[in-house]
Amino acid sequence: MQAFTELTGVAAPLPLANVDTDKIIPARFLKTIKRTGLGKNLFDTLRYDPAGAERPDFVLNQPAFRHAEVLIAHENFGCGSSREHAPWALLDFGIRCVIAPSFADIFHNNCYKNGILPVTLPREVCDQLMEDAALGGNARITVDLERQLVIRPNGEEIHFDIDPFQKHLMLNGLDDIGQTMQRAPAIDSFEATRVTDQPWFPGISV
Amino acid sequence: MPKTLFDKVWESHVVDRMEDGTCVLYIDRHLVHEVTSPQAFEGLRLAGRPVRRPDATIAVVDHNVPTSNRGERIAEDDSRIQVETLERNVADFGVPFFNITDTRQGIVHIIGPEQGISLPGMTIVCGDSHTSTHGAMGALAFGIGTSEVEHVLATQTLLQKPAKNMLVQVDGTLGAGVTAKDIVLAIIGKIGTAGGTGHVIEYAGEAIRALDMAGRMTICNMSIEAGARAGMIAPDDTTFAYVQGRPFAPKGEAFDHAVAYWRTLPSDEGAHYDAVVHLDGAAIPPMVSWGTNPEAVLPINSVVPDPAAVDDEAARAQMVRMLDYMALTPGTKLTDIPVDVVFIGSCTNGRIEDIRAAAAVVGTRKVAPGVRAMVVPGSGVVKQQAEQEGLDRIMIDAGFEWRDAGCSMCLGMNPDKLKPGQRCASTSNRNFEGRQGPGGRTHLLSPAMAAAAAITGHLTDVRDFT
Repeated sequence: MQAFTELTGVAAPLPLANVDTDKIIPARFLKTIKRTGLGKNLFDTLRYDPAGAERPDFVLNQPAFRHAEVLIAHENFGCGSSREHAPWALLDFGIRCVIAPSFADIFHNNCYKNGILPVTLPREVCDQLMEDAALGGNARITVDLERQLVIRPNGEEIHFDIDPFQKHLMLNGLDDIGQTMQRAPAIDSFEATRVTDQPWFPGISV
Repeated sequence: MPKTLFDKVWESHVVDRMEDGTCVLYIDRHLVHEVTSPQAFEGLRLAGRPVRRPDATIAVVDHNVPTSNRGERIAEDDSRIQVETLERNVADFGVPFFNITDTRQGIVHIIGPEQGISLPGMTIVCGDSHTSTHGAMGALAFGIGTSEVEHVLATQTLLQKPAKNMLVQVDGTLGAGVTAKDIVLAIIGKIGTAGGTGHVIEYAGEAIRALDMAGRMTICNMSIEAGARAGMIAPDDTTFAYVQGRPFAPKGEAFDHAVAYWRTLPSDEGAHYDAVVHLDGAAIPPMVSWGTNPEAVLPINSVVPDPAAVDDEAARAQMVRMLDYMALTPGTKLTDIPVDVVFIGSCTNGRIEDIRAAAAVVGTRKVAPGVRAMVVPGSGVVKQQAEQEGLDRIMIDAGFEWRDAGCSMCLGMNPDKLKPGQRCASTSNRNFEGRQGPGGRTHLLSPAMAAAAAITGHLTDVRDFT
């Protein structure tokens, strides 16, 4: 996983609530066995008309936001399916940070696993940031994970909270399977206890 | 200290606890399907890691599989590649697998309980948000992303923080024609699509206790549509009777020991819940969704809502957008909305009880002219059972298509899709824009309501259906 330390970039405003994962990447694009290449279908139905032509009014089709690295949205971003294709599509497009008043749990978790920083800020702050973001390349936003700050183009610093363990993994780009593997002896002994205490769980063999 | 069902299952699976409260949580059962696993197996290969517990893992194909001409080569290249990739992965890593021609194949959330793989008190995960279904067994079951699929394959654990507890208490007795699906749609309508975020919902109360296991699974299945991490129902005699005799369930003395343990799981008197929601089961009517998220639901005897009556600007804008997508006019009676397609199936309502409920409504009637109606059993076992009961004849004679098991028209990943602009009465779980196919319009409802809509050709109050 790519580490996330500090990012300064263009932010794209997406003033929609309940952006579900089908909207982020429709199911018909999940038939891949790779993690890459999904960026072209990010927000497919919002971004393209049924004939496949770009909808010029959609934010990511506008010249100023084609290389956006931050996305700002409204409540309950990423609700619905557990598909990790949603963060993969964002990442493949180039989005490294999503700012919203709230996130759906599974999506939130999936972001961390892929080096995308989900930042939760109050609705009114998100609205302010959207106003900044509307200025495109003239108003870059900085996200500083170490100091837990979003810095507006006018220099105003906004603090955000983050789970300390996730912060540690993100800052260092750590693979959490590797972290857990270090605890293998604890897993071994837990498993051994379970076999004695609850012997009724049969193994599956077909 | 009194504990909830969730607390008990959680605590009995904590392997290790870090300073900040993150836990290494042991996973008893890992269900794997073709869509969210290829990248996870690839990750194992690249790191040279084995699957730690193949015997705690079960794989099946469901999302991509066509629901007709079973056994023929899958025509669509990328669907076939995903299925073949899973076949190769389970062979390489020694994971138990139900292939496409196995009678036990079906939607992953149907087959877990059906085979006795999902049991009370377990932790169960799958790379699919509707894993919450298995919580009906009294298990802690939740959906995970592909990175976590890889984590579980490699370590049989997950790194998790405990969720908060929410109690949804549904008292009273359901009215005629009202089902588990109506209860859960009413709950989501009340608490909203983010109402359960950060929580595990425990469903309790007389109306829940009275449900059979299929109904309980329908309710827990849609917990994710309320944003909850999981849904759970305390195991009781209904649960134990369901489990007994299933292929992978404990047998004989082991079963008795298991039941003795499972009886300790229900929440203690006085256990703390961070949030409590009450519903009167007797007051819940048959429900139907009108918009493009599962909180946009109304009683069937209502009219399409009017954005002009909504004060909040953002909520009004969202309603306008939803009505535009759904091509609905405010004030229209819901029962005047015509349907093009009726879909009975999915992990929400693809069990034998659901097909029985639909067949009971259909009887000797015929599907309305111009309506495409389909029944897609949730598993090969459900299909076989329905055929033994003659339910297939009832549905086929009425004009329904009788198909093979799979996720089918719940999501547009296989040949069963809505065409742009088509309107579907669907027993599935999501009415998101394009969920059932680009441009498709979904109305969520119960199997009985779906069957009634198939006969009349429009949304119908099953209570008036004689």
